Amino acid sequence: MRNPLSDKVTEIRPSGIRRFFDIVQEMDDAISLGVGEPDFDTPWHIRDEGIYSLEKGRTYYTSNSGLKELREEICAYMRRTQGLTYDPMTESFVTVGGSEAIDLALRAMVNPGDEVLIPQPSYVSYEPCAVLADAKPVIIELKGENDFRLKPEEILEKCTDRTKILILPYPNNPTGAVMDREDLEAVARVVIDKDLYVISDEIYSELTYSGRHVSIAALPGMRDRTIVINGFSKAYAMTGWRLGYAVGPQLIMQQMIKIHQFAIMCAPTTSQYAGVEALRNGDEDVAMMREEYDRRRKYLLHAFREMGLPCFEPFGAFYAFPDIRQFGMSSDEFVTRLLKEEKLAVVPGTAFGDCGEGYIRISYAYSLDDLKRALERLQRFIARL
Amino acid sequence: MSENKELRKKLLPLIEKNSRIGIDELAVMLSEQEIDVANELKALEEEGIICGYHTMIDWSKTSIEEVSALIEVRVTPQRGLGFDSIAERIYKYPEVQSVYLMSGGFDLMVIIEGKTLQQVAGFVSDKLSTMDSILSTATCFILKKYKDHGTILTKKYEDTREMVSP
Repeated sequence: MRNPLSDKVTEIRPSGIRRFFDIVQEMDDAISLGVGEPDFDTPWHIRDEGIYSLEKGRTYYTSNSGLKELREEICAYMRRTQGLTYDPMTESFVTVGGSEAIDLALRAMVNPGDEVLIPQPSYVSYEPCAVLADAKPVIIELKGENDFRLKPEEILEKCTDRTKILILPYPNNPTGAVMDREDLEAVARVVIDKDLYVISDEIYSELTYSGRHVSIAALPGMRDRTIVINGFSKAYAMTGWRLGYAVGPQLIMQQMIKIHQFAIMCAPTTSQYAGVEALRNGDEDVAMMREEYDRRRKYLLHAFREMGLPCFEPFGAFYAFPDIRQFGMSSDEFVTRLLKEEKLAVVPGTAFGDCGEGYIRISYAYSLDDLKRALERLQRFIARL
Repeated sequence: MSENKELRKKLLPLIEKNSRIGIDELAVMLSEQEIDVANELKALEEEGIICGYHTMIDWSKTSIEEVSALIEVRVTPQRGLGFDSIAERIYKYPEVQSVYLMSGGFDLMVIIEGKTLQQVAGFVSDKLSTMDSILSTATCFILKKYKDHGTILTKKYEDTREMVSP
């Protein structure tokens, strides 16, 4: 029999998290600081709208781009948070989570061999999606001493005449790093100078703790070079609804929508109705969750200081990325021993790129009581090393 | 008494949900000095804004009997005293948990807890309805508490997320 598989796909490394997940699953009494999703339930009024839409029999496809009301709310959100104007009909559309939008943006924009700059540590799907789109992923290794912010010289170092796209993953998973306006301005200058496009993954935009998030698209000259990707998962605790969106220049949106139309048809209708409610009436819920995350964040950083675990202050998402290099073992070894000896699961930094070596990702999307229990174990483990 | 408005706004909702968070932890989470948090808590207690640190118990899950009832009470207000003096006569009974002055079809809402139905019924017939200015009472026994003080009692929070995810 012939090999049924595509070489391109088989050559992609399986996710480092997956392997670790299987080990954790086999332990009965393990506790975890390893999740990448909120611990809150979706606010009830949002769930209720989803249920109501089902009761009314809204069980059909929507238009490929998504409900008009939802696209209008998305564009209104971009206007009120970033001062950016997008046409709901031609410059925005609704996707199955932010992940789909990442995939579509890459597929719509690269030709074989085009280079895509991917700062790491970052979310696990940029690199494989670039490969699947026949791009050449070029990794920028972010540095701990820069608090994992992207510096313009790091872009220049990796830029060639084939470089077309920069992926900008801020607020960042796994590091919790954010990019301030000044950081973004420096990046934007290089992007414009080198005639690059930016795929800005802003899925954690609502979860920042040092002032509001700034989108690079809002900087002069950047709107028409930027695809902004966002979604409902993190802000409204809606991971399971699989609802995201992309906004950007019509030229690119049109082609992304074309792929979306053939591959997906449309995002889940129930989720879209819930999404309208989230954007219309969800601000207070987001503020409540943000405050709660912020308190846990402060608690966590304080606990790290007490136990002698160095960590730069993360101002976004719900992760901290402590530095474990002083213990003289690899991230993988640290995490495996922590799991075996203290039954506490955290994710090795290397799951988010090789340059995550020497770090671990700790999520604070847990109740304060759960955090306390887990941090006791971490403290006990470190004290023994 | 110096009043730190900002701190109060952050502090009160937090300890309203969980009064067991230590002063050191509160200080860390609110980015304040421990001494400031301690002083503010003391001030709030002295001003009667913080009235106690109780424990929420779902008695129905224990083997200890407990019956509670809401009693709608209609009264004749007294000249010069309004409802205050009759409310005071009612709230002095230790079995009375809450007394509210209400708008609407009746005047006072009395929440009472007793060990048995008879005990509650006895209180209403012997003590409450015999008071001078009370015109009528309507007793509604609580059959099941689904949610109390913002806390859902009928099911426990369960973390159903995958243990590890990207």
